[in-house]
Amino acid sequence: MATLHAELSHPLRAFGLELTLDVAPGTLALVGPSGAGKSSVLRAVAGLLSPRSGRVTLGGETWLDTARRVDVPPEQRSVGLVFQDYALFPHLTVRRNVAYGARDRRVVGELLERLRISHLAEARPAEISGGERQRVALARALARRPRVLLLDEPLSALDSHTRATVRGELHEVLGELGLPVLLVTHDFEDAATLADAVGVIVDGRLLQLGAPGELVAAPVDPFVARFTGANVIPGTAVRSDNGLTEVVLDEGGTMWSTDLASGRIALTVYPWEVALSREVPADSAVNHSRAPIARITTLGNRARVVVGPLVAEVTTSSVERLALREGEPVVATFKATAARLLPLA
Amino acid sequence: MNRLFGAVLWAATALALAFFVVPVAAIFLRVKPGDLISALGSDVARDALRVTLETTVVAQVVIVVVGTPAAYLIATRGFRGRNVVVTLVELPLVLPPAVAGIALLAAFGRFGLLGGTLSAFGLEIAFTRLAVVLAIVFVAGPFFLRTAIAAFEAVDTTLVDASRTLGAGPARTFARVALPLATGGLGAGAALSFARGLGEFGATIMFAGSLQGVTQTLSLAVYEQFDVDFDTALAIGAELVAASAVLLLAVKLIPSWRPSTQSFPIPSAPSASS
Repeated sequence: MATLHAELSHPLRAFGLELTLDVAPGTLALVGPSGAGKSSVLRAVAGLLSPRSGRVTLGGETWLDTARRVDVPPEQRSVGLVFQDYALFPHLTVRRNVAYGARDRRVVGELLERLRISHLAEARPAEISGGERQRVALARALARRPRVLLLDEPLSALDSHTRATVRGELHEVLGELGLPVLLVTHDFEDAATLADAVGVIVDGRLLQLGAPGELVAAPVDPFVARFTGANVIPGTAVRSDNGLTEVVLDEGGTMWSTDLASGRIALTVYPWEVALSREVPADSAVNHSRAPIARITTLGNRARVVVGPLVAEVTTSSVERLALREGEPVVATFKATAARLLPLA
Repeated sequence: MNRLFGAVLWAATALALAFFVVPVAAIFLRVKPGDLISALGSDVARDALRVTLETTVVAQVVIVVVGTPAAYLIATRGFRGRNVVVTLVELPLVLPPAVAGIALLAAFGRFGLLGGTLSAFGLEIAFTRLAVVLAIVFVAGPFFLRTAIAAFEAVDTTLVDASRTLGAGPARTFARVALPLATGGLGAGAALSFARGLGEFGATIMFAGSLQGVTQTLSLAVYEQFDVDFDTALAIGAELVAASAVLLLAVKLIPSWRPSTQSFPIPSAPSASS
């Protein structure tokens, strides 16, 4: 299987897209806030957008090379693109949607079978559910037997309940494909579940690329940290002694980190590193923040508790045991070893 | 106060309806139905019907065949001067018919702008059947074009993009996605321009004249018969009323002409929002 290579430079509304990517067989997810230029990357790879300059190749095949004035039209690029809102043809049945790009009729039946939509073959897109439409869109894109699969926010059109199920199914299908898959999403959790590698893209630039675990363990940038779900608190590193750095937070208070830094920094700490207690505990942790609980959000057996500038993730049984209630003061604690300091741009 | 307001609304509606219905009804009520039908058998009426059908159908084919691709281009390509093009296309809509007639004469008449060139090829257009067709195309074409442009503009561009990424080139995408999704709008536009073509009078009488059996359409025959044989004029009028009513009804029913069995509205309805 060939590797997709893309170098793109293109002006967007507020910034320029400047990006180089290699997608080997397997899934690469581009994550970033809305308007970061993620969809433009997919459109440029598919041939729906002609970037100001760039190169797109798949193995030895050149799809785009602005220097040599090569720009292969979309219909001649072997890509499957799953659109954000799926873009199913409303006037065609599910079967005819899937068959639209198929050269081999047998593939259609196989795909309907494999994505468990055979029973919907004669239905029209308006008559089926969001999750089913997602599978039809995927089947339609695969029916052409593309050599690259592109997915634009494949889960964003779904409600949260359907989303978890479809994410699991999609993960399974993508794993079986053995194709270079480039996926864009604004949700780090979707990216981490579906992809082998995640690239964080902000304002048209790739900030960091790595396995999901690597991004969580060592974000290089406050943006990356925030995307992976960390608390990001701006402050100033004032002095370092005995191996610790003291950070004066912009919103008041001081914290300690084992990272060495000076000047403007963002202190980052993951919610699951933050413990809660009624009183300041007599333990090894040095960072304590006492503040009223602003909000408690429950997700299954976990609860996210907002305390001052921090979000703590604790079990629901801890919430009950400590009788935590919104508005009541609580102490949030984390170790200096859990606090990462990242320079602020 | 509110009762008075309600009464005013009803009175205005009744007045408007009566004003529109009475003249139309008068056509059918003044002459006995039997006499109406026998008047339609007269040579004048039969000739006019034949001329009208032949010219309107030919004009309609020209309008749809040329207008559909032109509307697609105007609707889907952003090009410099697009607004100017749209304005030029719409201009005949607001031109007084007499101006349209004289303009056609000035262009295609024997001494017109292109008249000399056409004569050299042995083509005399003015006061022929072809002149009737040209007059209808000129006056009725913009009705189709305008509606067709709107219909193609309403086709979701992501569906067009999707078609391209699925291996269909621009021509196949037009035929399999844009055209079927715009069918409703195109049908409505065709019906409107057909109705306008049926009633065409001013441009035709100036550019094509009113020769029985050659250029005299139903509308022209009504005008000519009304001081010769009022009953025949009424009978032809009745014929036109019936045809117009059928067309109007067709326009109303067009959304259900769609090949699909669905009830979503024309012309595009991507389904992700539900």
